[in-house]
Amino acid sequence: MTQKDPKLLIQPGPQLRQQMTTPVVMRDVWYALTPATLAGIWFFGLGALLVLLTCIAGAVLTEWYFAPEEKRGYYIGDGSAILTGWLLGLTLPPALPLWMAFIGGVVAVGIGKTIWGGMGANIFNPALVGRAFLLATFPIAMTTWTAPGDFFTLSSSLFALPLMQSTVDTVTQASPLGLMKFEQIDTPFVDLLFGNTSGSLGETSGLLLILGGIYLWWRRDLDWRIPVGILGTAIIFSSILFLVDADKYPGPIFTTFAGGMLLGAIFMATDPVTSPLTKKGTWIFAVGIGILVVLIRVFGGFPEGIMYAILLMNAATPLIDSYTQPRVFGRELDSK
Amino acid sequence: MGDLGWIFISTLLINNFVLAYFLGLCPFLGVSNKLEVSFRLGLATIFVMVVTALCAWILNTYVLIYAPYLRLISFIVVIASVVQLIEMVIKKLSPTLFRALGIFLPLITTNCAILGLAIFATNKGYGLWEGLVYALGAGMGFTLAIVLMAGIRQEVEGANEMPRLIRGFAFNLIISGILSMAFMGFAGLFSSS
Repeated sequence: MTQKDPKLLIQPGPQLRQQMTTPVVMRDVWYALTPATLAGIWFFGLGALLVLLTCIAGAVLTEWYFAPEEKRGYYIGDGSAILTGWLLGLTLPPALPLWMAFIGGVVAVGIGKTIWGGMGANIFNPALVGRAFLLATFPIAMTTWTAPGDFFTLSSSLFALPLMQSTVDTVTQASPLGLMKFEQIDTPFVDLLFGNTSGSLGETSGLLLILGGIYLWWRRDLDWRIPVGILGTAIIFSSILFLVDADKYPGPIFTTFAGGMLLGAIFMATDPVTSPLTKKGTWIFAVGIGILVVLIRVFGGFPEGIMYAILLMNAATPLIDSYTQPRVFGRELDSK
Repeated sequence: MGDLGWIFISTLLINNFVLAYFLGLCPFLGVSNKLEVSFRLGLATIFVMVVTALCAWILNTYVLIYAPYLRLISFIVVIASVVQLIEMVIKKLSPTLFRALGIFLPLITTNCAILGLAIFATNKGYGLWEGLVYALGAGMGFTLAIVLMAGIRQEVEGANEMPRLIRGFAFNLIISGILSMAFMGFAGLFSSS
């Protein structure tokens, strides 16, 4: 209902609109992810870029296919499907067969988001649903980490045909977390900081992920309580374990910078859709993730726990929300 | 970590009856639409499970050593009578709870999770205390799963934004699938220490 050539614009409120719409926030997250992504591609070569693009393609195609026909442009245009595929890609091993990456993208958007009713209705983080699905379905391919190598070399495992045995020709190398867990070898801090270690595509460079997080915080797209709560809890918990037995348990610096800790704490747990609404609830959520991560990493069967920790706390988010609702203004303190 | 503690954590999280063994799915899917009710059902299940473990131990120790072939049928009979007893007690003490649970107390009687508990505890050769802790862990694991499920379902069904195609039972199965994947993270917890 627009007027032609309005001298006096008549329309219902709100008259002043905030600039912070979904597409704007999504693009902010893209910019924040770019440095860490470029670093990942730099270290792991063009194959990493292919994995990333395939994930995004799977996610966007699924979104396009299931969107109502007349709204397809809007659904794709808000950038959330691209972001889901992108985040999923960053959590995958750089030499994952491409068809698996594609299925991951399809599951992430299809099962993780679309069937819940689309953007804003899902309980679980879509990218992590995709990753959990891939890890449960292809456990070997999902834990074959390659060492950072030559930029232009493409691993043949990338082009494995669907459902066929892939030939592994890459230089495999256990990730820092795996080394720590199964062989108790520490990785130098400098490598963890800049990302020159094996691991998932986008999780290796701690410094650039933190920079991205600071950008998001500065743009007010991110609730600082979540990363601070997660990292703080994990640091305190792992420091206690480290002080108990320094040979057996990883120290707080290793806990923070190795594996997907920073990627998960800054970019995945902070998803406004799947994290609690209240401040108190947010703290409970963050502390829960921090404890679960260290618990699964140190005592569990998997070397990495951030994905499961976030999914579990996502599952608890509705409960946290319903128990931390603030008192209605003017109500008495005790009445409930 | 002590043996009893390990049994507890293991049945609570790692080998969760609902999310890892897929036992007790009927109440898990059927009664999980309201938080309050599902929590009460969880409490009832904990209680029934503990009583079941006690009965199973008594049966195993004093009766079944003379007639091992009666194991399955005697478990079923004992569990059924125990649940009938509990139903009567609840009806007398708390009519509200009885109305809230309604049909589901008899449903617990024939629940595979209860029979499964008795058989698992027997097969693993648990003694009295181990069996009781096992039952407590299993019941609390069931409660945890059903309460998480109810929280999610309340939120999602309140918003009611899912495509019409998938609403209802199919969607509950998908939620439980994702929950089950999340619980996979506990696999192997405390097994090395």
